[in-house]
Amino acid sequence: MSVSTHSGGAFASGPADAEGGLDPAARSGYADHPPRMGFFTDTSVCIGCKACEVACKEWNAVPADGLELTGMSYDNTASLGASTWRHVAFIEQITRPGESRWLMSSDVCKHCTEAACLDVCPTGALIRTEFGTVVVQDDVCNGCGYCVSACPFGVIGRRETDGGAHKCTLCYDRIGDGLTPACAKACPTESIQFGPLDELRERAQARLEELQEAGVADARLYGEDPADGIGGAGAFFLLLDDPEVYGLPPDPVVTTRDLPRMWRHVATAAAALAAAAFLSGLGRRS
Amino acid sequence: MTPREARGVQGGGQPPRAQGGPRGSGGKGFPPAAGGYPGGRPPGPAQFRSYYGRPVLKEPVWEALDVAGYLFLGGLAGASSALAASAELTGHPELARVAKTAAAGAIGLSVAALVHDLGRPSRFLNMLRVFKPTSPMSIGTWLLTGYGPAAGAAAVSAVTGWLPRTGRAATVVAAVLGPGVAAYTGALLSDTAVPAWHEAHRELPYLFVSSAASAAGGLGLVLVRSEQAGPARNLAVVGAGAELVAKTLLIRRLGPAAEPYQSGRAGHLMEAAEILTAGALSAAALGGRNRVAAVLAGAALVTSSALTRFGIFLAGRTSARDPRYTVVPQRDRIRRQDQSESPAATV
Repeated sequence: MSVSTHSGGAFASGPADAEGGLDPAARSGYADHPPRMGFFTDTSVCIGCKACEVACKEWNAVPADGLELTGMSYDNTASLGASTWRHVAFIEQITRPGESRWLMSSDVCKHCTEAACLDVCPTGALIRTEFGTVVVQDDVCNGCGYCVSACPFGVIGRRETDGGAHKCTLCYDRIGDGLTPACAKACPTESIQFGPLDELRERAQARLEELQEAGVADARLYGEDPADGIGGAGAFFLLLDDPEVYGLPPDPVVTTRDLPRMWRHVATAAAALAAAAFLSGLGRRS
Repeated sequence: MTPREARGVQGGGQPPRAQGGPRGSGGKGFPPAAGGYPGGRPPGPAQFRSYYGRPVLKEPVWEALDVAGYLFLGGLAGASSALAASAELTGHPELARVAKTAAAGAIGLSVAALVHDLGRPSRFLNMLRVFKPTSPMSIGTWLLTGYGPAAGAAAVSAVTGWLPRTGRAATVVAAVLGPGVAAYTGALLSDTAVPAWHEAHRELPYLFVSSAASAAGGLGLVLVRSEQAGPARNLAVVGAGAELVAKTLLIRRLGPAAEPYQSGRAGHLMEAAEILTAGALSAAALGGRNRVAAVLAGAALVTSSALTRFGIFLAGRTSARDPRYTVVPQRDRIRRQDQSESPAATV
């Protein structure tokens, strides 16, 4: 896919990883940390079994969030949210009269290098782990909902039952023990691959080349580029069509890149208000 | 295969059930949803693709009454505190007292609205465990923590006459922090992925402070005798004028992305607010010391300020709910980038 080349946000400075992208764990103060871990979801081999959705729910004890028939192919999960941390999309396309294809893709939190949810969280409930992933601490979150509006992917949600924000933890409890996250473990086709991000990027590049040589011209990587608007995703994808077809934003940019400018405008506006109020008392005395 | 043939194929197009999206506002800039098509050929500017018309973003979880109400009341309070200090300095004690009382009442209500809107209200204090410049909500919490007690103390002292020196100090602190309280909410909304709010990040702080000034001045006009209300009238006129300018700039600079501000319920609210402001502006400017004109103008300004905040809030929600406001500008950005990288290629 084509991605914007952003020069790196005002808050995005610090140590770089092997690929030249930012090392989020080191930036967050982990001096000695394990390699950045992530997901590579190769949608070209997804068979839409939803084992990832089920395994995630089971392992993380994520509550049920209703069952409704959406009419969107085999997708009755509809979207990621507070109680849906993996979501399998189904897209039916007529490629030529009489010929069709069925795209399936398991979506997940992107664990952005520059994570808007983490930036805007006013309690510090959202943290960067030593693996470079982004996790909500349930006992700190006060349910303000700011992260929900900040996420450029619409991933994180607020759960009705407990009022807190929830999302994929990249199975923080499992990977700390050297285990594979539940979704990747359950995936029968290795569409969901887990590992050190550097390795995954190499693997994804090789797979992309393989597919392109085989004539799959539509194949493209999504979220793998450290130069994109979120500094690269910790969970990235191989897609077979435009991102928006899968419900993904085509060129997401973390909102906090513009925050220094916003603060400058806020300061100017506040000063203008103070000046206007002060001057309003002058003039003709009543 | 043409895009027309592909229409109705999933991957785009209308969702099979009503999404409640603001479709059909049509013609103001953004193209209608197009059907999915295979083959990776980019759609023309007249269409965009989506996953069954579903939103890319999550709609803000905030209640309109709580958060738009907070934006309005916080602005009213902050500007009132600044007005109170000015009135006190320039010998308008009645206006100063009224403005301080209004500020304390408004900030009390607005903080209550904020806490009510937390998913876990009992954890309000969790926001005081960190200070994060990357989070406007964190900065706002600290501003309110300093401002609220100062505004309260200034009001109590003004009403009871107790501790005049403390009251004076509190008045100054509230006047310094008040404009910050009124302005930071611009960053609070625009530091999100919500298209209508983020795209307006240059204009929102100015729109919010001018709307706050207009409301604070307006309230002064309603509650204070004309002889004492001079500063309120001045602030109301300046604020209302600036509000009209800021809105015009916002709409012009956003271009097609301004559509959520101009259509649907948000559009109606913004339009009503504009009419009220313009009417009040002429009444306040021309009515002179006519008490009835002043009260009507003031009430109109206060109402207009509230309507503006609700309009902005709803516009954001609309823009998050409809994938077109997410996908089309991002596609355009990619297209522009591609063009600037290879000038020969015309898409």
